[in-house]
Amino acid sequence: MNPQATTPSEAPDPTGHFGEFGGSYVSETLMHALEELREAWGRWRQDPEFMARLDRDLAHYVGRPSPIYHAERLTARCGGARILLKREDLNHTGAHKINNTVGQGLLAKHMGKPRVIAETGAGQHGVATATVAARLDQDCVVYMGETDIHRQAINVFRMRLMGAEVRSVSSGSRTLKDALNEAMRDWVTNVDDTFYVIGTVAGPHPYPVMVRDFNAVVGREARAQMLAQHEALPDALVACVGGGSNAMGLFHPFIGDEDVAMVGVEAAGRGLATGEHAASLCAGKPGVLHGCRTYLLDDNAGQITHTHSVSAGLDYPGVGPEHAWLKDSGRAQYVAVTDDEALDATRALSRLEGILPALESAHAVAYGLKLASQMRPDQSVLINLSGRGDKDVQTLAEIEGLSL
Amino acid sequence: MSGRIGKAFNRGRTCLAPFVTAGDPHPDWTVDILHALVEGGADLLELGVPFSDPMADGPVIQRASERAIERGVTLESVLDMVSEFRRHDADTPIILMGYMNPVERFGETRFPPAAAAAGVDGLLLVDCPPEEGAALHGALRDAGLASIFLVAPTTTDARLDQICSAAQGFVYYVSFKGITGADRLDAAALAEPVARIRERTTLPVAAGFGINDGDSARAVGAFTDGVVIGSALVGRLAEAGSRDEAVARARDFVASVRESLDNDGS
Ligand SMILES: Cc1ncc(COP(=O)(O)O)c(C=O)c1O
Repeated sequence: MNPQATTPSEAPDPTGHFGEFGGSYVSETLMHALEELREAWGRWRQDPEFMARLDRDLAHYVGRPSPIYHAERLTARCGGARILLKREDLNHTGAHKINNTVGQGLLAKHMGKPRVIAETGAGQHGVATATVAARLDQDCVVYMGETDIHRQAINVFRMRLMGAEVRSVSSGSRTLKDALNEAMRDWVTNVDDTFYVIGTVAGPHPYPVMVRDFNAVVGREARAQMLAQHEALPDALVACVGGGSNAMGLFHPFIGDEDVAMVGVEAAGRGLATGEHAASLCAGKPGVLHGCRTYLLDDNAGQITHTHSVSAGLDYPGVGPEHAWLKDSGRAQYVAVTDDEALDATRALSRLEGILPALESAHAVAYGLKLASQMRPDQSVLINLSGRGDKDVQTLAEIEGLSL
Repeated sequence: MSGRIGKAFNRGRTCLAPFVTAGDPHPDWTVDILHALVEGGADLLELGVPFSDPMADGPVIQRASERAIERGVTLESVLDMVSEFRRHDADTPIILMGYMNPVERFGETRFPPAAAAAGVDGLLLVDCPPEEGAALHGALRDAGLASIFLVAPTTTDARLDQICSAAQGFVYYVSFKGITGADRLDAAALAEPVARIRERTTLPVAAGFGINDGDSARAVGAFTDGVVIGSALVGRLAEAGSRDEAVARARDFVASVRESLDNDGS
């Protein structure tokens, strides 16, 4: 077994294509900004001081490395493979999203952009962007769909506390995809002084690669921790997929480890058969959305469809192009878990382990439990616990008919 | 077929190119609106294909697209509108303007011949720069349709070389950094970028974004061969309560812009 993390070198190509996926499908006004960003990231990622500063921030501000925790009671209940949790929920601000915003925030600073903008669904990426912007003294505007502003009210207030302006988006489905449209419109308008901090591995090149690189710290750490603590790589990795950043961050350093299965878990919402879901890889077709070619959910006329998930962070009709590529190449599998299954997993993890997961992460937990129960006790499943559930307490209470 | 585009820019006057969203305010009115635009003095028509996620558009065209989609307008029905328009107008060029995904879903190889058969002259996909969609652009060429590309204030010389060598029909200059319908036009700022385009191509240059009346059209037309008016027209049509009112608004608005443009030219 190779002690070093292995990475596939052939993807993406220099123009950001993962096979037929990816690319830069944006209006001409942004093409130069993307070029600048590619150059800047290409340059600073080679700069030892920049990378040392990033590592320091990840250690002292984010709180890395995050531990791998052996969930013994969950394991006992499933009666199969050992269940291990990568605890991204313990990061500052409560999710993996900050791995990326620390990086992009620093890059914005080095590029001399005083203003940052972001889109957010669950609010975790918005909070993570606002957090970093506060610390780096950047103006920060976060776009959020009206529906999400309601269901993630706590995060909206957190962003405001940190000095960010949250702008409500009432077009289209009033969720993450519409927030992304509006952030793009802001960027086109203010491209000279504004850095767009995209929150997942989607969007035009170089975002899918750059966001993956910033989140790959999760997979690199996990790989080293597995070898050190468990003397073996896990047999399977499981992560939820909204746009796909926590999954890509975990998967990427393991892509060359062919014995490690990789499973991405999408939101099946009320069930794939109902059409009310957000499972673009499981139920979608290749198309073009938000700057890249990828799997997406649309109707026969090519209009993007409204999605549903109990979790705002998975409620998105597209997915990062590298996942589309991993799916078609067969290297990763993609499955979907319903709202109810995710809610059951939330309760199980809370009761048995004292960990309240984000509803997004609960999708990964739900599938991880299923998978573990079909595996042998000498095997292990590593689940990315991408975030904590504090932001979802309101939603959980409403589902139980309580008002807090 | 792209001959129609060339002629539209060769009429000894600034080419006036109004944009309307297909199917708004009502799908049954669009063909009549197009004829009215020509009567009012349009030289080239831009027909917007509604898309659910129009990232480059401001609120006026966003809402027009949403309404058209709600009324069942698809790329297929947009082609039907063009066919119907062609029954009474064989001369005015029509450019479809929109986003990649509806074309991709229609079929990259199926779309160009279907569009050509309907009487479309060119296609401008806002989110498809010349680097992408090679197969589609090839198929458009084979079908005799022009691939029209945008140039923006941020476009570098290197990109401009690339765009001008791929461009057909005309070059569409986006007059400011922003979305459609924004009020940011500074016509004088067009002189330098339009000159840079002309150094690289003999194709006509049209400008759009932010042109909302006769005065702004005339100011822009001083630098370009054509002017595109979108949101200002779409906004006026949106308020029309009947087909007759929509047709009258389309004709009168374009006629007023035409008059401003021509007064300058004479
Ligand atoms: C905790 C958590 N996990 C996962 C996601 C989904 O994003 P991604 O698929 O990019 O990891 C979100 C998004 O808001 C989130 O907050």
